[in-house]
Amino acid sequence: MAIEIKMPALSPTMEEGTLAKWLVKEGDVVKSGDILAEIETDKATMEFEAVDEGTVGKLLVAEGTENVKVGTVIATIGGEGEEASAPPPAAKAAEPVAAAAPAVAKPAPAKAAVSAADPEIPAGTPMVSTTVREALRDAMAEEMRKDDRVFVMGEEVAEYQGAYKVTQGLLDEFGGRRVIDTPITEYGFAGIGSGAAMGGLKPIIEFMTFNFAMQAIDHIINSAAKTNYMSGGQMRCPIVFRGPNGAASRVGAQHSQNYAPWYASVPGLVVIAPYDAADAKGLLKAAIRSEDPVVFLENELVYGKSFDVPAMDDFVLPIGKARTVRPGKDVTIVTYSIGVQYSLEAARVLAEEGIDAEVIDLRTLRPLDKAAVLESLSRTNRMVVAEEGWPTCSIASEIIAICMTEGFDDLDAPVLRVCDEDVPLPYAANLEKLALIDASRIVEAVRKVCYR
Amino acid sequence: MAQPARPRAAKKPAPASAKASPEASAKSGTGSTGETALPQGGVAGDDASFALRSLQQAHANNKRFDASDEQLLEFYEQMLLIRRFEEKAGQLYGLGLIGGFCHLYIGQEAVAVGLQSALTTGKDSVITGYRDHGHMLAYGIDPNVIMAELTGRGAGISRGKGGSMHMFSTEHRFFGGHGIVGAQVSLGTGLAFGHKYSGDGGVCMAYFGDGAANQGQVYESFNMAALWKLPIIFVIENNGYAMGTKVSRGSAETAFYRRGTGFRIPGMDVNGMDVLEVRQAAEVALEYVRGGNGPVLLEVKTYRYRGHSMSDPAKYRSREEVQEMRENHDPIDGAKAELLKRGVTEDKLKEIEKAIRARVGQSADFAESSPEPELHELYTDILVEQY
Repeated sequence: MAIEIKMPALSPTMEEGTLAKWLVKEGDVVKSGDILAEIETDKATMEFEAVDEGTVGKLLVAEGTENVKVGTVIATIGGEGEEASAPPPAAKAAEPVAAAAPAVAKPAPAKAAVSAADPEIPAGTPMVSTTVREALRDAMAEEMRKDDRVFVMGEEVAEYQGAYKVTQGLLDEFGGRRVIDTPITEYGFAGIGSGAAMGGLKPIIEFMTFNFAMQAIDHIINSAAKTNYMSGGQMRCPIVFRGPNGAASRVGAQHSQNYAPWYASVPGLVVIAPYDAADAKGLLKAAIRSEDPVVFLENELVYGKSFDVPAMDDFVLPIGKARTVRPGKDVTIVTYSIGVQYSLEAARVLAEEGIDAEVIDLRTLRPLDKAAVLESLSRTNRMVVAEEGWPTCSIASEIIAICMTEGFDDLDAPVLRVCDEDVPLPYAANLEKLALIDASRIVEAVRKVCYR
Repeated sequence: MAQPARPRAAKKPAPASAKASPEASAKSGTGSTGETALPQGGVAGDDASFALRSLQQAHANNKRFDASDEQLLEFYEQMLLIRRFEEKAGQLYGLGLIGGFCHLYIGQEAVAVGLQSALTTGKDSVITGYRDHGHMLAYGIDPNVIMAELTGRGAGISRGKGGSMHMFSTEHRFFGGHGIVGAQVSLGTGLAFGHKYSGDGGVCMAYFGDGAANQGQVYESFNMAALWKLPIIFVIENNGYAMGTKVSRGSAETAFYRRGTGFRIPGMDVNGMDVLEVRQAAEVALEYVRGGNGPVLLEVKTYRYRGHSMSDPAKYRSREEVQEMRENHDPIDGAKAELLKRGVTEDKLKEIEKAIRARVGQSADFAESSPEPELHELYTDILVEQY
């Protein structure tokens, strides 16, 4: 039976082309790999090869013809040992297969039936004063005891006991098989961690700081975040990338950056940025147990601060839930990470002025707890977002957009944001102080939205 | 045609074995616990134990795998399946049924078939870059679901959401299918880390091209794989061109098997146009790696007949160069000639050819007739869990 040779698409965008030259004539015997014709596309002149063996029948489109639509029959080839014949006259261009998808109402993505709340802490549970550093270590140790697939890898995590001592004691308890010092090679070990997760392990990858994770961001985004989707749900990457994020103290521009907005913009990632020790512990345990890739952003300036952590066997907090750290009725301050500290300071000052501020700690930045933000706004009708990070394309920008689109009727004033200055972080003490957010700037913004 | 049963992975996989790799070195380096830790690499005094060409010598002494007639026939069939499948994919691309990027494996068939035939499916793992159809077919993955992925259909192996460059089969321990040049080398090193960590005895085979061999993360991975003696075979498929750049224009050291020298990784220089030479090289490499000696670097010299992708006019090489490889070094023609010499009849080979054409035709029919993904699939598989 004669094979129809159709005008090929020779690039992802080609719709038509010029049949520049025939390199065979009717009656020629061709085999796979022989060039049949030269075809000019919008980009280049391409050679068009035969795939099947046979005898060239009719050449249906003359050379030099322009604007030949992809799919038009341009020639026929007769199969082995048979005469080629012209195709039926009605041969027409292949119908476009992938017609533009019609606009569809976005189906509601599957939702958890009930949003998880923080676990009840039974009355009488003793509270233990714990530093954030210890809380993070305890979370890792508890999960490592429970599940042999969990291991920690990073620079100086084992023998040195952690550059910021977060992994202190883990080598002693779990040994070198599960607490692994790497060379200084972020891209490489982020890839190794991601591959190990794809293969069924549950790695915790420590970046000495997230500034160095820029070397590895390809694996965090292209390898870890996208694999579940690209594989149609077949292959997952349950990994935690953790380490300190944001400005520390006097370490200059390359070591002082908040990456929360970068990672929070990526579908396929979970992004968590806790403030206090209990949240650090409960959320890191949840992150380690999650089947999704998690970016867990800590803050060096709070590692040494102590907070109460409930002494419970298994204290796990829900991912994706904000927490009201201070209830109030006049204005809402939305914040996360070290911003919580400044916001609470601001709320104390504001209370003396008779302004009762509610402080919401987002805790998880992706998926973002929109409901908590909007619910608070519906009661206070005024909002300030406080973020230790640059203002442009920030988490604050996102919160403001949410309020505009979904909380507009509740707003009695424009939402204001208090962010770092839009400059690389300087070294000089006075300039650094000037660049970073503080409580007084939050106080000032709150006064504005309260028209005081 | 019925959609093949392809359940999503179970919600919570069972914990891996708690046992440390039995061959983990005693040179723990931590000194803190008695537990087996990763070895800390070569130390002074080990020089005698490392010879770049030690495995090459073993390969040179016995170059070709002693395949039975049945084995050779099987290799031939697998290579032919890849060739015909890729030709069909090229046709479907021309018809607009396949979109975007599509990188064909035509000419390189002996590499995937020779190497993967030496692996144990389900125990060893495989990972490669974006030119991945051949490696999947060589692993016995159903052509229907591969072709349906190429046409972007819901029955595709990635439900139509991955495309040519992003296909995976956890069932076969085939881990993709990666579009960022060189990323699969670090990811593969992670898979090898997993084999050692769980002590499952598996080896990872990580394929990449001569172009990817210049990426920085490849050397970061070489360093850690050798330092920790991970069970991995790094396979550089040197097809002569990194997209349109001839190897000599892009690489200061074009003998890629030497690229592991700085990390004490022994290299082998293998003729990738002869499936039996490739297979024999795999035997040598696997014996070394399974023995707990750490990684091996295979440079497999091959050739791609088609352009880098479908829209490549291939003006960077002469038509004669391509024809010379096709006519005098084709791996399938080579295997065919050897089969005829061994007494397999023309009729038998014709019968195989016919069956493969039918199989490929069937996969194309399946891929064309299966529906596109349901629209709600746009929003599925982003995260595994609900929060």
